[in-house]
Amino acid sequence: MSPRVVFPNKILPYLLVAPQLAITIVFFYWPASQALRQSMLKEDPFGLRSRFVWFDNFERVLTDPNYLNSVKVTVVFSVSTAFASMALALLLAVMADRVIRAKGFYRTMLIWPYAVAPAIAGMLWLFLFNPSIGSLAIGLRWLGIPWDPLLNGSNAMILVVAAAAWKQISYNFLFFVAGLQAIPKTLIEAAAIDGAGETKRFWTIIFPLLAPTTFFLLVINTTYAFFDTFGIIHAVTGGGPGKATETMVYKVYSDGALNQLLGASAAQSVILMVIVIGLTAVQFRYVERKVHYG
Amino acid sequence: MIGLSRRRGVIAHIVLIIGMLVVAFPIYYTFVASTHSLQTILRPPLPLLPGPEIFNNYYEALFGGIGRIGGVNVWTLLFNTTVMALSIAVGKIIISILSAYAIVFFRFPFRMTFFWLIFITLMLPVEVRIMPTYAVMVNLGLIDTYTGLTLPLMASATATLLFRQFFLTIPGELIEAARIDGAGPWRFFKDILMPLSRTNIAALFVILFIYGWTQYLWPLLMTNRNDMTTIVIGLKKMISFADADTQWHLVMVTAMLAIIPPILVVLFMQRWFVRGLIETEK
Repeated sequence: MSPRVVFPNKILPYLLVAPQLAITIVFFYWPASQALRQSMLKEDPFGLRSRFVWFDNFERVLTDPNYLNSVKVTVVFSVSTAFASMALALLLAVMADRVIRAKGFYRTMLIWPYAVAPAIAGMLWLFLFNPSIGSLAIGLRWLGIPWDPLLNGSNAMILVVAAAAWKQISYNFLFFVAGLQAIPKTLIEAAAIDGAGETKRFWTIIFPLLAPTTFFLLVINTTYAFFDTFGIIHAVTGGGPGKATETMVYKVYSDGALNQLLGASAAQSVILMVIVIGLTAVQFRYVERKVHYG
Repeated sequence: MIGLSRRRGVIAHIVLIIGMLVVAFPIYYTFVASTHSLQTILRPPLPLLPGPEIFNNYYEALFGGIGRIGGVNVWTLLFNTTVMALSIAVGKIIISILSAYAIVFFRFPFRMTFFWLIFITLMLPVEVRIMPTYAVMVNLGLIDTYTGLTLPLMASATATLLFRQFFLTIPGELIEAARIDGAGPWRFFKDILMPLSRTNIAALFVILFIYGWTQYLWPLLMTNRNDMTTIVIGLKKMISFADADTQWHLVMVTAMLAIIPPILVVLFMQRWFVRGLIETEK
């Protein structure tokens, strides 16, 4: 970067960054360092004394079948949510790219679930699909499908995935539309002249050229499914039935806030931090590449 | 345009209409449920069209009897949520615009350290440090206060990065010209930078308003008192799927009240919304 023209003040810049820095240190770094410290402490049952136990908490967490279950739940939940939401959004984006009339109308109608809080999305889906008063649950029963998300673990999982994916369709749709618009029409025309049908054009030209968008969305959707969906799990299933929908973030909350297992909760927090750092690193590598070749 | 036969166009429209219906259905059905009596809701399936109870239900939820949601009326919750969404959006924009301004237009010791300190907060979302953050808030006495609800969410790496990115595109000649004309840092900020940043600010505002409005974990942790919480948490407290006492018709009205404001913001500021979403990329 070339040397920029700047203002010569000495004190002013510190005053300008001070508010953000103060908030960052008090509410981000302090708690994060507490999490690190606490993850290596063990408190006695009355919370009166604590001693340093190195990686005991991590060892205990990583060998706890309940924790491993929550890892599995998180993976199933994130992969299903990301896949369902992105597949539907891609289908709709490709169709929207094809139509000429009413394009803006379709876009408007497809983007508003973004404004619905994840927890409310979950509650609405549970209202539709709960076994006693859910109108759509009755439809399922009428079709002969046994359905009870309040008692059956996999039904509960399907319900939270549906709610989480539904809410994310808007976001993915907008990015896929933008990605599709960036593909040069000449390439598609050339393929058409060579006799490639619509399906073939999609899989051999459009889909590979969309790869950067798809990859970016994959990272974003994974982050979303890991962290932002806490509200859905908390409001709809509370991690149940059994522990069928207890994701890693939900377990940090329930171990810490409900069961007061501070050491275990902190160790899980640290594990999650490592995961976020990984995801962010992947995301920024991608952004950097886009800057170079975009 | 090639290969766009009439039949294909029709198929595209059909797929889009089905997609639209699926996407809109949960919200439409919530609206329908909010216009029926409790008895109708409890005897599913619910009709597909709005019912006759619309005025009764909305009147009862908004004005009938105080303290429906754990001793609190719906206005208090809407007010809290509005305060939270607006202060987070405005606070975040002010704080990050100032720090981005300092980082781009000044040279000072520890500049890059500060930048990285802000950048790394991207990797520390609330969800990964739930309990220690709660402890800090308790120690500072910020539980059940508007400060506690809003201030900690105002620091944002995303917004700072966005403004930094934008400021870097402003040509050096502009600053030089301003300085030759005798403009100091404040003058430059107010008369040149702010007008240039207007569209970015509008786009970011929409995204942040929705971010603040839809918060869940934060108000859940930071509020014990029902009259300090947000409408999303209030709604959660009204619902019990196991218990027959849930006032479903009023729950549905409350759900509508909770989702209408952010939806209106998205619809009316659609241009800024799309722009903000694509630009913040997170």
